[in-house]
Amino acid sequence: MLDQNDLTDFNEAVLPHLDTAYNLARWLTRNDQDAEDVVQDASLRAFKYWKGFSGRDCRSWLLAIVRNSYYSWLRKQSIQPELTEDGAIDNVDDGLPNPETVLLQNLDREMLKSALEDLRVEFREAIVLREMEGLSYKEIADISGVPIGTVMSRLARARKQLQIHLTDASARKSL
Amino acid sequence: MTCKDARNLLNAYVDGELDSAGSLSLEGHVEQCELCLSEVEKLRTLASAIERGALRFKAPPHLKRNVQAAIRAANPGARRPFFGWRWAGALASMVFIVALTWAVTSQRIRSSEEAQLVSDVLSSHVRSMMANHITDVSSSDSHTVKPWFAGRLDYSPPARDLTEQGFRLIGGRLDYIDNRPVSALVYQRSQHFINLFVWPMKDNAISQEGQLSRQGYNIIHWNQSGMTYWLVSELNVPELSECARLLKQ
Repeated sequence: MLDQNDLTDFNEAVLPHLDTAYNLARWLTRNDQDAEDVVQDASLRAFKYWKGFSGRDCRSWLLAIVRNSYYSWLRKQSIQPELTEDGAIDNVDDGLPNPETVLLQNLDREMLKSALEDLRVEFREAIVLREMEGLSYKEIADISGVPIGTVMSRLARARKQLQIHLTDASARKSL
Repeated sequence: MTCKDARNLLNAYVDGELDSAGSLSLEGHVEQCELCLSEVEKLRTLASAIERGALRFKAPPHLKRNVQAAIRAANPGARRPFFGWRWAGALASMVFIVALTWAVTSQRIRSSEEAQLVSDVLSSHVRSMMANHITDVSSSDSHTVKPWFAGRLDYSPPARDLTEQGFRLIGGRLDYIDNRPVSALVYQRSQHFINLFVWPMKDNAISQEGQLSRQGYNIIHWNQSGMTYWLVSELNVPELSECARLLKQ
């Protein structure tokens, strides 16, 4: 039986990371309400395992649970997770230099948001954790349960796809 | 360092994940290689665009409250003092008095398995209220609700509309309780929602009937014709008992 002290400890340690948890859930589910459901489920699970949690990085611990809750939620919705295919960095083009950079500087928020939402889920996850939450490769690897090398290649491929997508979108816009 | 080696490390370089030796040797290459330099610029432009875009979502203010309430609901032992509840107020104290009287007179459900079930049923009810996901199929027509469950469960739950008696069937939902998928039928009386969970009785199921209240919610349990029934709502005891009576008929 859990007592009041557990709840107080839990609230103090875990609830400060609620924004981070929500941000990840929101980008994974791409929907406000689903994100709330996922975070709520994750919090219940986190509280359940709170006694067994020995106090390393609480934020990463919570994010890993959010991620698990997201996959349970997917299964419950009978949505097949998108197939993943981690490999070497692909499409390394010959780097058309400056015009692209200029286009990338003129992006608006909506374009970025939709480009991010179009990424495959594990790429999206890596970008969110790295660019928005500022986590290290090691932390991301722990949360996603993959080797650091995979995190590196996911980020590289995600960014490459974002660049291509955004350059196209930006070029279309300036036509 | 070859250009190919460098390409594979550009992301880690921009992210500050290379050790100082790796960083230095990559910088050495980038200074001489226009292509890699332009790649680095693009990566930095993208990172700053994401940062400028302020794309981080902030949790809505009610989420924290909902999370805390859900945890308390799921862990009766960890609830805060009753009067600390912000939403409680006068209504809650009334419920409290009713519940107290009731607790004294009603049967108490004691076994740990049963306690777990009570907690499952209650959290399921609370979640359905909070998550704004009360029904998967919305209809007051039992001929719509009943077939909806047909492909989803290995039994057919009773889906009776009690509109005429004051309990309107508003739909059904699939839920997961006692390690199995179960049907949740949802009834409405004025602004109150009632969840009726029904599933086939296990052989070793506790056969006694019971009623109790937890955190302002009332729960009534009975078994009938091989099915086990759990009725949960914040509705007051007399009205919920009336609903149970009608369902048993």
